[in-house]
Amino acid sequence: MATMAVQIAGSPDDIPLRTKLQRVERRRKLRAVSLVLPLLLFILIAFVLPIGRMIFNAIHDDTLLRLMPRTMAALNAWDGKDLPDETVYAALVGDLKQASAQKTAGAIAKRMNYELPGALSEVMSSARKASALSAGLYKEALIEINPFWGRHDAWSLLKRGRSAYTAFYLLRSVDYQYGPDSQIVTSPPENAIFRDIFLRTLGISIGVTAATLLLGFPVAYLLATLPPRSRNLLMILVVLPFWTSSLMRTIAWVVLLQDRGLVNDTLIALHVISQPAELIFNRVGTIVAMTHIQLPLTLLPIYSVMKTISPSLVRAARSLGAGPFYAFWKVYFPLTLPGIAAGCLLTFILCLGYYITPALVGGPADQMIGSFVAYYTNEDLNWGMASALGAILLSATLLLYYVFNKLVGADPIKVG
Amino acid sequence: MAASPYASPMEKGWYYLHRLLCGAVLLFLIAPILVVIPLSFNSVPFFSYPMPSLSLRWYQEFFLTGRWQGALHNSIFVAVLVTLLSTALGTLAALGLSRPNFPWRAAIMSLLISPLVVPGVITAVAVYFFYADVGLLNTYTGLILAHTTLATPFVVITVTATLTGFDHSLTRAAAGLGAPPITVFFKVILPLILPGMISGALFAFLTSFDEVLLALFVASPEQRTLPKVMFSGMREEISPTIIAAATVLILFSIAMLTTVELLRRRSERLRGIRNT
Repeated sequence: MATMAVQIAGSPDDIPLRTKLQRVERRRKLRAVSLVLPLLLFILIAFVLPIGRMIFNAIHDDTLLRLMPRTMAALNAWDGKDLPDETVYAALVGDLKQASAQKTAGAIAKRMNYELPGALSEVMSSARKASALSAGLYKEALIEINPFWGRHDAWSLLKRGRSAYTAFYLLRSVDYQYGPDSQIVTSPPENAIFRDIFLRTLGISIGVTAATLLLGFPVAYLLATLPPRSRNLLMILVVLPFWTSSLMRTIAWVVLLQDRGLVNDTLIALHVISQPAELIFNRVGTIVAMTHIQLPLTLLPIYSVMKTISPSLVRAARSLGAGPFYAFWKVYFPLTLPGIAAGCLLTFILCLGYYITPALVGGPADQMIGSFVAYYTNEDLNWGMASALGAILLSATLLLYYVFNKLVGADPIKVG
Repeated sequence: MAASPYASPMEKGWYYLHRLLCGAVLLFLIAPILVVIPLSFNSVPFFSYPMPSLSLRWYQEFFLTGRWQGALHNSIFVAVLVTLLSTALGTLAALGLSRPNFPWRAAIMSLLISPLVVPGVITAVAVYFFYADVGLLNTYTGLILAHTTLATPFVVITVTATLTGFDHSLTRAAAGLGAPPITVFFKVILPLILPGMISGALFAFLTSFDEVLLALFVASPEQRTLPKVMFSGMREEISPTIIAAATVLILFSIAMLTTVELLRRRSERLRGIRNT
């Protein structure tokens, strides 16, 4: 390199070749990066940013800080033991008057109601009545109007509101909440629903994964050992459903499993049952439809691993005296394990996020975590809760996907 | 592997049991679709066989009423724009990513295809919150951009696949012969990656055409797409028109994906990759 640099040094621009090469290389790299940049920026802004904000929403809530600035400032001096003193109450009355005038009392009441059920109506009525209060002993007057303001837990909640960050939504997602003195306690039974929902999501996902493995493994084995001609024919039967969107397949299952649907009609016609069996809007329907949708996704990775296993291995084992089942179990089966792991993990990950299928074929007791994310977004309008549940689901998915990547290698989802 | 003539009765039993089980599973896979599709030709609004007589009335309703026609038009409009946008963005990115020694290739690649990994409902909710802030809720632009994030990974994957084993000396030869970069792209690179681009475009179109979650969250009734109308219809009462619409969509996706598969085989043949 040094001699070359010396040779080139005589050229008119006097730049060593090494530098020139580096420049060219850098320019090439820059051009490559500039090709990727538009999509990268698009994905960052239209996809990563919204998801980041959603996760941020799970721990960030400045409703009280924003809408009750005076109270929040006054509460800095409160030691959190007894009830706050007169100045804090005066600040509260000021904030309530302002909230009443600016019609923000609803937002405050709703935020407090998340942590203290029943607070909604108390805060709303206090805000209405507070405007009648003028100078004097605010503390007594306010407690007189509404004993809610004499409650210690209400004040603990307001004191926690001084921070724009809250762990409330995440705690609530795993059935914990803040107690009267801001300590962390388990939620009362009527609020403690989320562990059950996570367990249910896990249970349905494991059930569907197991079902697809049990049904998919024999078919993958058949496809891998058949001659190409008949294999291609049977492959169509696997791939056609795979190519149909999951909504269409869910609709097909609704038609099949209804009370007066095809399955019940057939069973009644065959005199297997005398009146329609309940096949839909329960766990059976959910598992059947989800298994149908996920089956090709478990089957195809297993099949592609099986295709690479040489049949001579089993033959060698047989010729060495192994029985057919022993040879299969000790030689063939262990070789299929990477495929089984990939297929099952993929199905399991995808199952965790199901929403559409349980919504259409499941009953209220079969809704998975995704349904609750949607419910809190669209119906309850509790976005903090939706974000917290979503953040937990997302972390679980990404973690498992990382494992999947380590296991299977770079090629994530094969298309076509 | 047929049952060998030397197999023991036990083995033969297993062999036929295995075949029987596979037959049942394959039937489970394909039957729901094959059994339900004919019901869209039923002359009465029931979902049972035997059908009293055949009729096209549900297809008539699908193709001639405003509710369904509006949805079909919206779906096609959104999907076409999504296809154009995601094919352009995805192809450029794939070209850049496949340049030798691209910095942080693996990390950027996994970021670009992350929309495929994140559960649909999470994406929908996150985009919904985001659009609520920036004012894109209930707009065509919002729906198109949201669908584009889901569709671009497919384009990136398919075009990158056609670029594996791409001989970069071809472009250098063209440049050495005096072709400007634009000419090199259109005369040398484009013909080679075209199958991948078309596959990616078809995938992008289907992704948008079949997508229901984002449409449910970020679109108003004005921007209703076919899957959105079908989903809402299912929540009320199943009418055979939904089955007719599903049939149209199913046939459409099968036609498109068959094209993708044929293109993939052709591209592999052209590049000399042998596949059993």
